[in-house]
Amino acid sequence: MMKRAGIRSGNGVTAMLLLPTTLWFLLLLVMPLVVILVFSFGERAPAGGYQAAFTFEQYLNLPARLKAFTNTLTLAPLGTLICVLMAYPLAYYLAVRAGERVKVMLLVLVIVPFWTSFLIRTYAWIYILGGRGIPQLLELVGIEDVRLINTPTAVLIGIVYGYLPLMIFPIYVSLEKLDKRLLEASGDLGASPWRTFLQVTLPLSAPGLVTGSLLVFILLMGEYLIPALLGGGKVFFVGNALVDLFLQSRNWPYGSAVAIGLVAIMMVAIAIYLAMVGRQQARDDVSLV
Amino acid sequence: MPARSDHSRDIDIEFRGVSRHYGEIRAVDGIDLSVPKGTFFSFLGPSGCGKTTSLRMIAGFEQPTAGDVLIEGSSVVGTPPHRRPVNMVFQHYALFPHLNVFDNIAYGLRQRAPRPARAEITRRVGETLDLVRLGGFESRRVWELSGGQQQRVALARALINKPTVLLLDEPMAALDRKLRRDMQIELQTLQRDVGITFVLVTHDQEEALSMSDSICIMRHGRIVQAGGARELYDEPVNRYVADFVGKSNFLDGTVADTGASGAVLRLADGRTIAGRYTSTATPLAREAKACIAVRPELVSITAAQKPAGGMAVNAPARVKNRIYLGEQTEYLVAAEGLGDILAMASKTSELASGGFSPGDEVVIGWPESAALVLAEE
Repeated sequence: MMKRAGIRSGNGVTAMLLLPTTLWFLLLLVMPLVVILVFSFGERAPAGGYQAAFTFEQYLNLPARLKAFTNTLTLAPLGTLICVLMAYPLAYYLAVRAGERVKVMLLVLVIVPFWTSFLIRTYAWIYILGGRGIPQLLELVGIEDVRLINTPTAVLIGIVYGYLPLMIFPIYVSLEKLDKRLLEASGDLGASPWRTFLQVTLPLSAPGLVTGSLLVFILLMGEYLIPALLGGGKVFFVGNALVDLFLQSRNWPYGSAVAIGLVAIMMVAIAIYLAMVGRQQARDDVSLV
Repeated sequence: MPARSDHSRDIDIEFRGVSRHYGEIRAVDGIDLSVPKGTFFSFLGPSGCGKTTSLRMIAGFEQPTAGDVLIEGSSVVGTPPHRRPVNMVFQHYALFPHLNVFDNIAYGLRQRAPRPARAEITRRVGETLDLVRLGGFESRRVWELSGGQQQRVALARALINKPTVLLLDEPMAALDRKLRRDMQIELQTLQRDVGITFVLVTHDQEEALSMSDSICIMRHGRIVQAGGARELYDEPVNRYVADFVGKSNFLDGTVADTGASGAVLRLADGRTIAGRYTSTATPLAREAKACIAVRPELVSITAAQKPAGGMAVNAPARVKNRIYLGEQTEYLVAAEGLGDILAMASKTSELASGGFSPGDEVVIGWPESAALVLAEE
């Protein structure tokens, strides 16, 4: 009897501990999602906003915004990939090779940009990529007519610039945790440094790689600011389409359908990614988390 | 390729004036040694004595700042670890956590060019697992294994490559006492079975003594004495070795008289005690600081009324403490003019004397041959 009472009061404590999170989750995540879902089957009121109805019209209209989706679905994965390729060597250097002082200095340099508003830093890129920035420097060495601002390249540069630290840290942490004696063991058993990297370092840093790329990819799929500023209305993401639909044309049902479309694509993409990683894990016995 | 010396066929490892300095720190400071083929060789010493650095220079993880390291007669200075015919059992095994037992053991074979066929790898892994008595563990994850099993996997992972020399870096450190004893015996048997040279690093003198054919005692990056277990125990070169290997009673004094085979020491209270030089020691000069070392098992302990005959030294003493160790009994006695003396009484002598209790008046003594005259360093 005593034991039962103990368990029950334990459950009570658990419930109390979980209550705030549950409320938060229901109020701020589930409810808005339900609202959006309901809106997406509705109609635009004559003066804008939402008017109750049940129609698939909004979804059938999605192809009209295809460009936003294709932009997002090319630039977000591409940006994630470039982030991985740039972050891994740096994280590797920081975790494996750098001396203590250099390491601290470089880590601070990675963090320092966060002390300034992201908006301001992106404005700075408008200048750097604009006519009087890099293109003008290129003209000095004879390369003319380079246009960067308002191109996909500009958006990509902005994306990589903004999200690189989010990729560096998870990879750095997983490489930092890596037992360096495993690298010696691999060399001792006859593996060249390159094979050691492929067979030991890379699989054991996979958890950081997965965390970092999911983090960056998910945030990029919803990105709005960088395409708005560096894409200049020419290179726009789904996020920009949403702002446009909700705030400019006040077509809430259509905006809702676009938003639901984005959520659906994201869920499918992440499911595929995790399934791929999971299969890799099953094959290599890598513990990923 | 440097010229191979004549004896290269019999010598697996050779150090010629090898040093490894880190700035001002001399981790290894000009050592010479050679390890004959098929030997169980140990580096023994306290932490920081240079034993691990020496091992790592054989493995190729460290390069000497001076001197030459030779494996089978060829210099390996500058050769990276993956091109050396040696394999190592790491201190905490360093098994690959993302690979199962099979893949851990097969790792070395898979680095070969050309890579052996799948069937060949499976066969060799199976054989090696049987060798370390882990048959059937192929698909186990390494973190599921006990410490002893992990050690066997580490051994198998190294041995499967049929190295010229197997390096073992404190392989027993993570095992409990009972298991350690079992593994020591097993390792010794294994070494005889596979017939390759083993080089062990340990700070545990008992471990080194019980397993090795040859032991190298190091201190401050230098070799203090190298030899077999019996030589180190019975013929220590100086006080450091006598103190490090086994237990000893030390009586400090100055040399009052010296000859070719022994010396007489004057203790602080003026008493003189004679002893012999060990075969490895160089005779000391008169008035030099020295000590007499006596192994506890060579100290006889008898009742005050009937002192043992034939002893060079006989001193009345009082028993301070008695520790029953099963196969023998350890007495700590306060001897007149000699201070605290440790004596080990065998089971037979205990039965003959009936044993002593704290407070009992006794006589301790030892024959002259038991007293070793040793230099302080």
